[in-house]
Amino acid sequence: MADGSIGLWTVPLAVLGGAIRVSTPFLFVSLGECITERSGRINLGLEGTLVMGAMSAYGISYLTGSPWLGVLAAGITGALLGALHAGICSLPRVNDVAVGIALMLFGTGLAFYLGKPLIEPTAPRLPAIDFGWWSDIPQLRAALRVNVLFLIGVVLAPILYWAFRTTRWGLLIRTAGESSDAARAMGHSVLLIRLRATMVGGFLAGIGGSFLSLFYPGSWNEGLSSGQGITAVALVIFARWDPLLCLWASLAFGGAAALGPALQSVGVTSGYHLFNAAPYILTLAIMIVTCSPKRTLTGAPAELSITR
Amino acid sequence: MDFGRISRRHLLQGGAALTLGAAAGARPAFAADTTIGFIYVGSRDDYGYNQAHAQGAAALKKIPGLKVVEEEKVPETDAVEKTIESMINLDGATLLFPTSFGYYNPHMIKMANKYPKLRFEHCGGLWTDKDPKNAGSYFGYIDEAQYISGIVAGLTSKSGKLGFVAAKPIPQVLRNINAFALGARSVNPKATTQVIFTGDWSMPVKEAEATNSLIDQGVDVLTCHVDGPKTMVENAARRGAFVCGYHTNQSALAPKAYLTGAEWNWEALYPKFVKMIAAGEGIPNFYRGGLKEEIVKTSPYGEAVSAEARKAADEAKAKFLSADGFAIFKGGLVDNKGKTVIPAGTDRGQKDPELEKMDYLVEGVLGATS
Repeated sequence: MADGSIGLWTVPLAVLGGAIRVSTPFLFVSLGECITERSGRINLGLEGTLVMGAMSAYGISYLTGSPWLGVLAAGITGALLGALHAGICSLPRVNDVAVGIALMLFGTGLAFYLGKPLIEPTAPRLPAIDFGWWSDIPQLRAALRVNVLFLIGVVLAPILYWAFRTTRWGLLIRTAGESSDAARAMGHSVLLIRLRATMVGGFLAGIGGSFLSLFYPGSWNEGLSSGQGITAVALVIFARWDPLLCLWASLAFGGAAALGPALQSVGVTSGYHLFNAAPYILTLAIMIVTCSPKRTLTGAPAELSITR
Repeated sequence: MDFGRISRRHLLQGGAALTLGAAAGARPAFAADTTIGFIYVGSRDDYGYNQAHAQGAAALKKIPGLKVVEEEKVPETDAVEKTIESMINLDGATLLFPTSFGYYNPHMIKMANKYPKLRFEHCGGLWTDKDPKNAGSYFGYIDEAQYISGIVAGLTSKSGKLGFVAAKPIPQVLRNINAFALGARSVNPKATTQVIFTGDWSMPVKEAEATNSLIDQGVDVLTCHVDGPKTMVENAARRGAFVCGYHTNQSALAPKAYLTGAEWNWEALYPKFVKMIAAGEGIPNFYRGGLKEEIVKTSPYGEAVSAEARKAADEAKAKFLSADGFAIFKGGLVDNKGKTVIPAGTDRGQKDPELEKMDYLVEGVLGATS
């Protein structure tokens, strides 16, 4: 302790810190996708939305000097991309998965193109709240430097859970997702509900992107997302379209991502490729454990193109 | 899509031939038909490896008559062969620089065999006598600059714990880690260098996590060998640690935390290559050099570097620049498993090909290659 090292405690601390630092983009994208999929559409384009959000947040923060304006811009960009997805999918005989893949490529490509001049400059970052003030261990204090977006995400998950169950809007979204005929019979436009749900989903995914570029790792570059958006979409499936499970799954993924580097730092060096792959192994393991050949995916909205 | 591309290619080929013919009369001797192709694995302004090469390419663009074509983000797969083919067939490139390590074998070798009259220059230490004669590899002994970074880091660190965020355990990366650690131990025999491998060249989240984990372990000076050091530099500076840069100068990102750094000097080397071709002597297949040959350089010292550290680093630099040079990897070198990797009495000078096969971490490095 005397030399400022905390030895093996680094590992649980890094997993805790990683769960807080790394999970936020997963959380926002998966909550957004949860809303979209509950309405009966899959938007695979959220990887592109995440990257576009990261780029636009960084650009606006750099140009205006206000990172919060950047977060807003990321959300709006995401909502627009969501509207594009929903708009194309409103056309007859359009496959939402195919449109999603196209938008994923479009979003990342556009972000790389527009983001070229943003790689070098340094933009103002989002502030952190120091929850570790009570501790005099610098490592713990660093792990507990939490960004407001993470807290918003954590609060948003139970709110969504509640909203899906008890509010009119939640019911409408679920109706559109379970049986579009029923929603139509009630006199609602299914396309309009899905448009709104996809836009809200895009808005949240864009904000997730702003966390990447404005807080952690905290700068814009092209490798920034490295597939986190698509992982988050997969995460919704094994979270069974449940916002609360999305929260736990995101935290687990964040912690797993921190495991590889943390183990190496305390000297567990053999098989670090395996530990670096921990998030993906976790996905596979959960998929295998929760899947059963005897029944379909529980909780899957009946209108989704993968279950229909 | 495939047949569409062929017809487009023929069309463009015809067009290129026409412009070439028109230009040939007006241009000076060598430059008229010299188009140079640069291929980067990542983005050309990544504050790192690719930016260093792009700065070299930019130096070539200033030379009248030379045409430079560039393509970024070409993966280390057969995609690079397609890029090379299109640079040759569509742009008429006669000198190609596929700059990333993984482009070499089998991709660049295959292309060099297919186009024996063109010249292929690969950045890395891979060319051997068995490879085509129109291929070559050039590399800088950037470990010399890393050794100097290590000296500065060793004299700046209070805990004696240094950190190294590395991509993959390949010889060039290991050589940098070892040189950095040996530099630090030359001034502080108790210094340790903790290494974390992220597994790939550009993994920003992993690099940030690695940086945080190292600092949690008490590391107070960090350096790295990944494609874009920006993530490590910014995150380490935020935690109050010092950093040594890599590839290019990152001091603008963290002026207070930046000590020094190991930089490429391609903007000096590439124009030299072009002059060699123009003079008709050709580029040697195996081209190497360090600080003395101006292929690598060190960043100017940051404000946090003490007078003592500056003096020690300048002395080491003077040794590298001297006529005899200076061997970082001396006889009797022991790895971190206790095995003697260089027998006593045989210093391995920089040009020793044995060093290109390095697969160990020296004593004082905490970590393992697999």
